[in-house]
Amino acid sequence: MTTTAAAAAIAPASMIVFDDVSKFYGEILGVNRVNLRIAPGITSLVGPNGSGKTTLMNLMTGLLRPTRGRLSVLGTRPDQPEELFRKVGYCSQFDSFPRGATGRDLIEFYLTVHGHSRADVRELTQAAIDRVSMNEAADRKVAGYSKGMRQRIRLAQSIAHGPQVLILDEPLNGLDPMARAEIIRLFRQLADEGLYLIISSHILHEVDMMSDSVILLHNGYVVAEGDVHGVRDEIVEQPMQILIRCDRPQYLAARLFEQEHTVEARIHEDRQGLFVKTRRPDDFYLSLNRIVTESGLAIESVAPADDDLSAVYQYLISSDGGVVR
Amino acid sequence: MSTTVETPEKLVTREETKTETSWPWSLWARQTLAILRLEIKKNFLSRRALLLYLLASLPLALLGLLALIPPDADEFRDFSALNVVFAAIYNGLILRTLLFFGCAWVFMNLFRGEVVDRSLHYYFLAPVRREVLVVGKYLSGLTATAVVFSVTTLGSMILLLFRHTPAESSRYFFDGPGLEQALTYVGITVLACVGYGAVFLIVGLFFRNPIIPALVLYGWEWINFLLPPMLKKVSVIHYLQSLAPVPIPDSPFAVLAEPTPAWISVPSLFIFTAVILVLAGLHIRRMEISYAGE
Repeated sequence: MTTTAAAAAIAPASMIVFDDVSKFYGEILGVNRVNLRIAPGITSLVGPNGSGKTTLMNLMTGLLRPTRGRLSVLGTRPDQPEELFRKVGYCSQFDSFPRGATGRDLIEFYLTVHGHSRADVRELTQAAIDRVSMNEAADRKVAGYSKGMRQRIRLAQSIAHGPQVLILDEPLNGLDPMARAEIIRLFRQLADEGLYLIISSHILHEVDMMSDSVILLHNGYVVAEGDVHGVRDEIVEQPMQILIRCDRPQYLAARLFEQEHTVEARIHEDRQGLFVKTRRPDDFYLSLNRIVTESGLAIESVAPADDDLSAVYQYLISSDGGVVR
Repeated sequence: MSTTVETPEKLVTREETKTETSWPWSLWARQTLAILRLEIKKNFLSRRALLLYLLASLPLALLGLLALIPPDADEFRDFSALNVVFAAIYNGLILRTLLFFGCAWVFMNLFRGEVVDRSLHYYFLAPVRREVLVVGKYLSGLTATAVVFSVTTLGSMILLLFRHTPAESSRYFFDGPGLEQALTYVGITVLACVGYGAVFLIVGLFFRNPIIPALVLYGWEWINFLLPPMLKKVSVIHYLQSLAPVPIPDSPFAVLAEPTPAWISVPSLFIFTAVILVLAGLHIRRMEISYAGE
């Protein structure tokens, strides 16, 4: 479900809502004038360091207070931790742990403070440890954990109480490729169970792979939100780039250049295809169909070449910028 | 990776049902106890506790040394003089200095220490009212300091009185008012931890470097005897001194004032502590976590 599409259909009490939220650290801007409606599913916050991802997460969890504006998480204000953290789990980036604590201690400590009985604490702790595959290391001291294990135990802690909203700040940091794939699978599983997962990352291809929607941040501003392809479609200033694999790329390039909407046509290095830039993708596809029918070109594939997150992000933050309709 | 997908919905639902009432006192009590248990462990067993033990053991070490090598002074053979010597040691060394700095160390670190260790977010990310956190942490600090300094107080008393005048001391404690006096000293020790604890808890919340305000407070408490009667009342030591079972001679420069009766000083200390804890609760409710620069 995308952020924007779902937002219209869901009541604010069932969403994470930012209303004109700004956060300043003294003179320094954290985030400015953020308006968001986040629906269930995996929503990724994307942006380079300092773009405001962690600030948004800390605002959602009440670790920071907004300088201006209001926000709520499923109808609860973040300054009501006693209600908020029954619904929310936060796997923060803070890489510090109480001295001498084992992984199991850490989760038990958290659940004990929740007010659970001892039996429930033990049961929930074991379930969380199982879920992140930390059984073997759970009773070892966290101080001896690798970065990936620390990451997993934090994740276990944040899901242990069965939250509806899971906020994860760079959760894939420090994980090896196998573990990354497993954790992404777990995220997908949780999202399919109806959870809200808010994940920050600067590794764009992973975000692209797992997210239902993205929120692109730059210098404290939300520059775009929605599903990646939708955001790309809305960047009207940047012509869309399409890669066509075919048997006669020179001929096709010449034919396409006759079309008014074609901005650029460039033969691929292997001479087995061409990149076409067009301002009107719909017209382009109509023209391509016509040319293929008339000339008998053998088309192997036609695919957008720049609607991945990385390209979209580059367009949005480049100096000439992309304009989102 | 496990593929278990069971969520603890049943348990969470049960927990939420418990907290649906507008004033969930039993939940708050359980959470306070949970925090108390966790924090007591830290206060007694962490590396930070070493300074508390060091401070608390100083008078015991000093008086132990005097027990092994008794000084050749008349006061150490005269029970009533020894009683005044203990009152002076208790007032000057234990109460005004060691307990003061012991409380400063423990209570200022309740929150400040967590910020320095970058671990306060573990509490802030739990479904606990921050006021409950203040109470739980305060009670843990109080338990640690009260237990440790009560042992110091009683131990010092025993080392001084029983070693040098065993016969009179036995009579005094088992047949006279000695036991009541010892309990009064312990009571003052606990009250001192109550009052100083609250002060240092809030100092640790408001100041990034709480050492300076602690030293200023130390100076204020020490010059209490020079202050005019009205200002004397703006201190913790004034109320504690008025409870002392054995009065110590006033300094020649002291500005004399009527001691506050126990029925006023004890409730006053508790009211003062309650007010400070409410202020701490209000402050922590708005507290943000930013470990940058710590």
